[in-house]
Amino acid sequence: MSGQEIDLKKRRFLTNATSVVGAVGVGFVAWPFLASWMPSARAKAAGAPVDVDISKLESGQLVRVLWRKKPVWIFKRDSSVIANLKTLDAELTDPNNEEDQQPIYAKNTYRSIKAEVAVIVGVCTHLGCSPTYRPELGAADLGGDAWKGGFYCPCHGSKFDLAGRVYSGAPAPTNLIIPPYHFVSDSLIRIGVDPKAS
Amino acid sequence: MDNNKSWIDQRFPLTKVWNEHLAEYYTPRNFNFWYFFGSLAMLVLVMQIVTGIFLTMHFKPDAANAFASVEYIMRDVDWGWLIRYLHSTGASAFFIVIYLHMYRGLLYGSYKAPRELIWILGMVLYIALMAEAFMGYVLPWGQMSYWGAQVIISLFGSVPFIGPELLTWILGDYAVGDPALNRFFSLHVIALPLILVVLVFLHIVALHTVGSNNPDGVEIKKNKDKDGIPKDGIPFHPYYSVKDIVGVVVFLMLFSAVVFFAPAMNGYFLEHANFIEANPLKTPDHIAPLWYLTPFYSVLRAIPPMFGSQFPGVVGMFAALLILLALPWLDRSKVKSIRYRSWPYKVALGIFVVSFIVLGWLGMQPVTELNALLARIFTAAYFGFFILMPWFTSIGKTKEVPARVTEK
Repeated sequence: MSGQEIDLKKRRFLTNATSVVGAVGVGFVAWPFLASWMPSARAKAAGAPVDVDISKLESGQLVRVLWRKKPVWIFKRDSSVIANLKTLDAELTDPNNEEDQQPIYAKNTYRSIKAEVAVIVGVCTHLGCSPTYRPELGAADLGGDAWKGGFYCPCHGSKFDLAGRVYSGAPAPTNLIIPPYHFVSDSLIRIGVDPKAS
Repeated sequence: MDNNKSWIDQRFPLTKVWNEHLAEYYTPRNFNFWYFFGSLAMLVLVMQIVTGIFLTMHFKPDAANAFASVEYIMRDVDWGWLIRYLHSTGASAFFIVIYLHMYRGLLYGSYKAPRELIWILGMVLYIALMAEAFMGYVLPWGQMSYWGAQVIISLFGSVPFIGPELLTWILGDYAVGDPALNRFFSLHVIALPLILVVLVFLHIVALHTVGSNNPDGVEIKKNKDKDGIPKDGIPFHPYYSVKDIVGVVVFLMLFSAVVFFAPAMNGYFLEHANFIEANPLKTPDHIAPLWYLTPFYSVLRAIPPMFGSQFPGVVGMFAALLILLALPWLDRSKVKSIRYRSWPYKVALGIFVVSFIVLGWLGMQPVTELNALLARIFTAAYFGFFILMPWFTSIGKTKEVPARVTEK
């Protein structure tokens, strides 16, 4: 082959090979930058369990605590509320908790370990707002007599019952999340850790 | 002076650029009111960059200090209140100007061949501007900053399969917090402004390559005199540079009135709830994004969840934005300007403008059954404008387009 001739095939191969190797290099260099957006070691470490003392909690009263930077509601339900929860099945999207939104030990009508104590992550499953606690029966702005108490999301109008189950027709697709928790004693709840038995 | 000029010209194309883009850039002589908004958008961009630089000197991008540092700017920094209100009012002014600029494009068919790329670059600019504005609104770390961020970022969590991981990646945490605020600050002050400036440059290079459209939709380059200058063209400088200054003066009068007398614009430019520091335990009773995002927010709310997922609404919202990119190819009409269009287009454009405004209004209202129904109707009308466009732009009788521009 004389020095004047250009082997176009070879030139194309070399161009393509260089481009491919270059692209792989760009991919490798991009990785650290993209990965730097993941939660840092400090953010990961901040998810420790939270203890809540419920000895002074009255029936119907609700307290909010932050667990993993999300609001968690703890409230007591009296026997009439518990009775009402059983009557709502027809109006709910997922009354029997088929969707995996709760630990196995909370997969019951009350979505809790004890029927009278509710522990729910207060983050709407639609777009992350924190619904408002509206326990009063028959609230006029929430459907009147049909309203048995529950939660109303001010952002997009989703409604939940007092077990965090979503009413059908709401923008929220699933029930509210029940966090892992257990009773350390009758008056102390630890949020973030499953009961020993499970 | 001339010596200096030629010294520079041998090393940098100063005179060439000046002539090509200003002194010998020929612009149609029949520009009207609607042609102020391009230059005004550039004015607002410069204003936002300058005020932004000065705000950055006092702001702390830290969830524990951000809210207090904004109050510090408002109360303790000399003239800080003015710089901040110029910046916050500038954000809304930017969108007012951009919406009018886009409407001008719809009126006179400025997106049609050969200006498709100008339109697309403009639309990408618009999307980048929305991202820029959204992230800027998070920075003061008020209740609306926090919960607005929560809602908008949760949209990404509804993406099938990868949603939750994607959400964590965007937030850098398991909820909206300090890492999100910090990275939004970086994107708001460095990444997106750079992208905006580059896109504006490309938008103008593309414009100056094909030349401006005009209210008649006549291509002035088709009619040139013996020197190759369009007969209906006048040099941009001094004719339009001077005209634009009139627009700037009027704009700044209105703008200053808002900055000095109603910077919050009764909750439309700065929402009341944002004067309360972010509280992750309590969502405000009524939350809505700022007015310039509400039409798309309405589309999101109008589409109900399907198959146990919010994703269809999210797709609808982004589709409402992205469908604008297809506009140059959906429009089959032979004429550009509304002056010579057939009546079906005029009716359709009217319905589209009304739908956009009503959707914007609905996006600020609480959800009721009536509002949800209205949002669905007007979402259908919004998409109908684009989907039916190939049909209604090809029917009806268009008027004859004159060979030369007219004086109206």
